[in-house]
Amino acid sequence: MSLEALIPSAIDGLMLGFVYGLAAMGLTLIFGVMRVINLSHGPVIALGMFVVYTLFTGPLGVNPYLGIVAALVIGLAFGVVEYFVALDRVINAPELTTLLATFSVNLMIIGIATSVFTTTPRAVDVSLGSVGIGNVTVLGTHAVAVLVAIVVAAGLYGLLFRTRVGKSIRAVANNRAAAELMGIDSRRMLALAFGIGTSLAMVSGALLSTLFPFNPLSGTGYEVKSFVIVVLGGLGNPTGALLGGIVIGLLEGVTTVFIPVSWVPVLEYVIFILILLVRPAGLLGARA
Amino acid sequence: MRPTRIVAIAIVGLVAAACGGTTTPQASGAPTSGGSAAPAVSKALNIGFTNSQTGAQQVASTKQTEGIKLWVDQVTKAGGIKLKDGTVLMPKVTFYDDGSATDRVQQLYTKLINDDKVDVLLSPYSSSLVKAAAVVSEQNGKVMITAGGADDATMEQGFTNIYQVYSPGSKYLTGAIDLMLKLDPSIKKVAIVNEKDSFSVSVVTAAKPYAESKGLQVVVNQGYDTGTTDFAPFINQIVAAAPDAIIGGGHLVDGTAFAKALKEKNVSARFVALLVAPPEPTFADIGDAANFTVGPSQWEIPVKYNEAAAKALNIPFYGITSDSFTSAYRAMFNSAPSYHSAGGFAAGLILQRALEDAGSTDPAKLRASLDKTDVMTFFGRTKFSTDAKTHGKQVAHDMVYIQWQKGSDGKLAAQVVWPTEAKTAEAQLRK
Amino acid sequence: MKRMRVPFLPAIVALLAVLAAFPILTNNPSMREELFLVFMLVTLASSINIIMGYTGYVSFGHIVFFGLGGYFAFYLMQIQGWHFIPSLIVAAIPSAVIAALIGFPILRLRGAYFALATVGINEAMRVVFNNWDLFGGAVGMFFNFSVYTQYGGAKAASELAYYTMTVVAIATITVSYLIKRSKFGLALMAIREDQDVAMIVGIRPSRPKIAAYVISAVFPAMAGATFFFKNGIIEPGHAFELLRSIESLVMVVLGGIGTVAGPIVGAAAYEWLRGFLITNPALANFQLFLAGLLLLVTVLFVSSGLVGWLRERFPVLRGYVP
Repeated sequence: MSLEALIPSAIDGLMLGFVYGLAAMGLTLIFGVMRVINLSHGPVIALGMFVVYTLFTGPLGVNPYLGIVAALVIGLAFGVVEYFVALDRVINAPELTTLLATFSVNLMIIGIATSVFTTTPRAVDVSLGSVGIGNVTVLGTHAVAVLVAIVVAAGLYGLLFRTRVGKSIRAVANNRAAAELMGIDSRRMLALAFGIGTSLAMVSGALLSTLFPFNPLSGTGYEVKSFVIVVLGGLGNPTGALLGGIVIGLLEGVTTVFIPVSWVPVLEYVIFILILLVRPAGLLGARA
Repeated sequence: MRPTRIVAIAIVGLVAAACGGTTTPQASGAPTSGGSAAPAVSKALNIGFTNSQTGAQQVASTKQTEGIKLWVDQVTKAGGIKLKDGTVLMPKVTFYDDGSATDRVQQLYTKLINDDKVDVLLSPYSSSLVKAAAVVSEQNGKVMITAGGADDATMEQGFTNIYQVYSPGSKYLTGAIDLMLKLDPSIKKVAIVNEKDSFSVSVVTAAKPYAESKGLQVVVNQGYDTGTTDFAPFINQIVAAAPDAIIGGGHLVDGTAFAKALKEKNVSARFVALLVAPPEPTFADIGDAANFTVGPSQWEIPVKYNEAAAKALNIPFYGITSDSFTSAYRAMFNSAPSYHSAGGFAAGLILQRALEDAGSTDPAKLRASLDKTDVMTFFGRTKFSTDAKTHGKQVAHDMVYIQWQKGSDGKLAAQVVWPTEAKTAEAQLRK
Repeated sequence: MKRMRVPFLPAIVALLAVLAAFPILTNNPSMREELFLVFMLVTLASSINIIMGYTGYVSFGHIVFFGLGGYFAFYLMQIQGWHFIPSLIVAAIPSAVIAALIGFPILRLRGAYFALATVGINEAMRVVFNNWDLFGGAVGMFFNFSVYTQYGGAKAASELAYYTMTVVAIATITVSYLIKRSKFGLALMAIREDQDVAMIVGIRPSRPKIAAYVISAVFPAMAGATFFFKNGIIEPGHAFELLRSIESLVMVVLGGIGTVAGPIVGAAAYEWLRGFLITNPALANFQLFLAGLLLLVTVLFVSSGLVGWLRERFPVLRGYVP
């Protein structure tokens, strides 16, 4: 228990929290708009990692940060396709059905990814130096990850609140029948929303690939973490998800100083359950 | 009529389930007829095991299977295993994909024993799968030679039919500590950190008292949850305790992540030894962070276990040399062998020798022969414990330690730095 | 409620008993192993059906009871030296108590929140046991092989485990059937359909819900105790494996959610499918992909499951297959 580790840990955790938050935003957006728990969230994050990896180690040697842009675009396309293939038919069915539909996509992605990439750990070796202030070392890659996360999150807000498309999505989320009466093609909006959610997950995976080694199964851990964050922030509330991510990141960083590292997940899950019991609407309140 | 129809449907459903997973075993073995000129009786030697073609253990398990396949190929080309009474055994392997899942392992081993009627068993890869297979093997009284299972706990269950070729986990870091103290006797403070899973915990349970017995002070001793990727907060804590050396780790992904994080945080430990990850060629993907990292390995290409070394220990040498193994492996699989491959091959070799010595495939005779085995192969020395509690545990095989170093060409390469007889380069302190 | 044309319960119990006896009589240990797994899956699927199919609460992390039962029984056998059968029965008690304690707060949640809460509980338990030295921590616990001698040897112990699992599976199905045909079951289904309306009609939801949850926890606990007894080893990662929970959900949906026969058919079909995919060399690499694809097709087109679909298509079957 040494307090000199507190500040650096807090900062490390805080920064990582932004990336977690980004992933969680994708999950919560999908839930908020169509009340679907997206169980393919984890593998999609892993896919984002591999998009960057394949482009980076391929013949073109694409810079990982350009790879992130690719992940964003590919994520959008993938999500829209996934919506039409797996969810469109059953979007009005009970929650269990959509849950299993996305789970089946989860299995399919992992099946293909492990066949193609095997479970060897991969890493994207990119180094941007570091800045040291006192005993705090801020890594370039982490700082850039935070910046990208903020930019993308801001982009999401811009989309949702400043554009017509965004307004339509919010309308569909609010009351699908009414939105349709107003002439909005809800099907298209749902697909788009799902695409955006997937895109956010892929971007966060892309960012994570620049920070840590990974394999196709790496997404699962982040998926569970996303669930925790989403509940913490309020199901359906993107701001809540970002905030929740930051809180969780901070929590992981700070508590490591005080309790044995292997108990930190217990703390996370206990908080998770407590929030569900005491304030299920989360910190910022759930969206309809 | 109606009731019976329902019952019929139900029966069909359940029987289908029951008869389900049979069919097509992946028998990739030698043709059973012996091509030798000798007029000896040729019998098939049925060997069974499962490997992980999918799931978390896929990569290492595939390498182990390749080692086994190479052994089968060489034995077949040599005309089979010749027993004292003139019988020639032609190995025929049957294996299934266990998907890295323990229930599959148990189910499939039961199948191998009862349906495929194998004579002897080899193991899957990874301690937890080996554990599961060992239980079934022991329950059915079949001899199993394990490669890929380094867990001490498995070999302390009072088994009588299981024989471990790998060095057990308790030996993984003790050699690293010896190496470290030889390299820099002034190292005093050590941080021992590990993944919280069965294997890593058993390694550390042996390493900690050993370190203390050597006068080292263990300043950090913590485990992290499986699946941790962000080590930054943890490392901050470690750094605060100012250790001279850091040892421990877990498996591939976390070990690699940990090494990378150590570099990013500019941790100034003079010696870093991690489990499982460093011997993998892809460890170098993390770039400079891999430099100076030490890792224990069951075997590496440059080791020189040979006739002379065996003679010095007064034991026989059996089988081909390391170089011969490596070139044959490269020829067959177009890639370099890893210690998993060597383990698979060694398991085959030990089996072969035991069969030749026992003169039959009878389990009791086989066990008797394995109990007396004390031999050196390209893999190292092999001798099994005959003590009731730890029967079958490997007691003579030593770990080899590699360290990633930058060569004169500036590229990272894994050098063998310990034991001194096998080394290809001197160990270096981490800068 | 319609009278069953054929006494379903005695029929299915007899069928299962006969099926269970088959490998013993024909001395086929391979089939016995296969059936052991199938019966275990049937138990898991049927019990999850009680809380999910009848009551409408999707318990994602239901496997936590499997792990708890396994750990408590193992502790009694390994540390206290008890015999398997009493351990099995006694281990169900703390599992039931924990189910009641957990159930009380989390059953107040609805839909997705409940599902996520169950995940949190499972994961929390996993990490707790991973750190708890009383239960072996990360290394878990394991039997010394000689412990099997009190059962007449390892093979006899294996057979004992098999009979036990058969009994547990039959018990689960019996209870599931009795619930469906009872007023208690009606209350559950009313809660599933619309909890608010159910309250108006006079059902106090919390008691039947918790009862259903506790009942649905007892059988996985016993299944877990049996499974790990046979395995000889228990570790936190295997005891609280989330994937297994999700697989039981899949089985229930495949077979027919809310029916009695559904989980049985679903478990059998799922096990058959996976066994087939894994041992077929051409498909082995793609088995996960194919499993996912099949699941997707089922969910999209046959969402009421095999049994559900049959009952819809052939209404006359409703008299025979509950």
